[in-house]
Amino acid sequence: MNKASIRTMTAMAAALGIAAGAAIAGPDDELVINGEIRIVTRTEAPAHLEGVLDEIRSGWTFRTEETQALEMDDFENPGMVFVEEAMSVWDTAEGTAGKACADCHGTAEESMLGVKAVYPKWNETAGEVRTIEQMINECRTDRMGAQEWKYHGLDMTQMVALIASVSRGMPVNVAIDGPAAETWEKGKEIYYTRFGQLDLSCANCHEENYDNYIRADHLSQGQVNGFPTYRLKNAKLNALHDRFKGCIRDTRGVPFGIGSPEFVALELYVASRGNGLSVEGPSVRN
Amino acid sequence: MKKGALGALCLLVAAGTASAGTVAPGDVKMDEYGFVPVPLTDQPGDPVNGRKIAGTKSLGNCVSCHVIGEMASDVPFHGEVGPELDGLPGRYPEAMVRGILVNSKNIFEGTVMPAYYKVDGFNRIADGFTTKPLEGEIEPLLSAQQIEDVVAYLMTLKD
Ligand code: HEC
Ligand code: HEC
Repeated sequence: MNKASIRTMTAMAAALGIAAGAAIAGPDDELVINGEIRIVTRTEAPAHLEGVLDEIRSGWTFRTEETQALEMDDFENPGMVFVEEAMSVWDTAEGTAGKACADCHGTAEESMLGVKAVYPKWNETAGEVRTIEQMINECRTDRMGAQEWKYHGLDMTQMVALIASVSRGMPVNVAIDGPAAETWEKGKEIYYTRFGQLDLSCANCHEENYDNYIRADHLSQGQVNGFPTYRLKNAKLNALHDRFKGCIRDTRGVPFGIGSPEFVALELYVASRGNGLSVEGPSVRN
Repeated sequence: MKKGALGALCLLVAAGTASAGTVAPGDVKMDEYGFVPVPLTDQPGDPVNGRKIAGTKSLGNCVSCHVIGEMASDVPFHGEVGPELDGLPGRYPEAMVRGILVNSKNIFEGTVMPAYYKVDGFNRIADGFTTKPLEGEIEPLLSAQQIEDVVAYLMTLKD
């Protein structure tokens, strides 16, 4: 049998597999954390992706069973150590105002519930779309009289992980209309722009080729619902803009700056491609 | 006066990168279909070296997107972004294969495959994988001779 017919057969088996999968949910479809938090890892694509994608899938569905299993229990998820760390920072007073996050917000579980699901978000006072990182730094400088955290430093990323963790299971639902529309359009344009000497766009890899292997990497849809991610490859908690940077670097391109208006716009756009998936961070990836 | 000096400089640069008998990226002659019938160098391609280029990450890295059956035993992790290359010479003439390598976008509109012998029209190009803006001239991903070597190798992939 030649290679081409092997491939056709694989494609046929895959097609059959989808039909069978509809009846019996495979292990790929079910992510329940701690036996109680249900995570939607595959669902119908949001309306703005009509004609582009039918189904959206969390990066979790592309990982091996071993990696997937690490996310089913907070004691196994290496990212949760950082959440614990952030919980104690949440209660620790810092800066000239002598205040902790908790002094203004109470518990993170209550006050931050639902926040990760709707960010990045239009900020009326600032007159622009803001990320959670930017909001955190605004609290630190303006309300606590403390030093800004580095945008993708560990202090920041673990605090974002805490804020994500309390919304796990809630559907991502970032607004793309109204005052956010302009930023969203800008992010969309960046998503489809080819960068670097390899001349590749986000869409080339994550829209046209998800589920294909590129060398040893199993390409996902590049969804951001699982951020921050704990990656087994670098054994640390990874900030979203670092991932964007890495992907543009891999095109032999010059990335935009971490926290730059371009990456904020891209974050809003990519987050909106995941509207309907559950907030999943801190997730485990390879 | 200035213009003349600049012209002389360009000649020097051209002479420096492209040795006699080598076609520079800007001078590649292609037909209306994007095929490149004339070899880029006057030295015949070396299929053994071409095989190495196609299978090596820091060189052509063709296997990151293409399965090449013949390499399965010694080069792991072939990608599936592009078609399998087995049996290629039965499907395509050499001029087309050379054209695909030089700039696949002339033949497959909108393809994700990078152009290996092209030096202009890039957006935010960095110095390799450093993330730093490239200073100085853009080198094509593969040299003229490397392209010829890969073409020679691909033309051995008969079914
Ligand atoms: C050359 C191919 C390539 C390009 C171009 C590319 N990526 Fe990626 N990306 C990858 C690979 C490989 C991974 C790791 C496996 C995976 O999750 O797909 C990845 C992972 C990601 C992830 C992590 C997903 C998760 O669940 O952890 C995000 C988010 C992402 N990419 C976004 C982007 C964006 C936005 C762009 C454009 C600025 C982009 N990528 C361009 C190859 C690419
Ligand atoms: C980033 C992915 C990528 C890389 C790297 C890549 N290719 Fe491709 N290649 C493709 C895709 C996708 C196609 C299919 C063309 C299209 O878009 O329709 C293709 C098509 C081809 C074809 C035509 C095959 C056919 O049967 O139609 C040849 C020949 C080829 N590539 C050779 C190479 C060689 C040699 C290299 C390395 C020097 C290489 N490619 C690197 C993605 C890639």
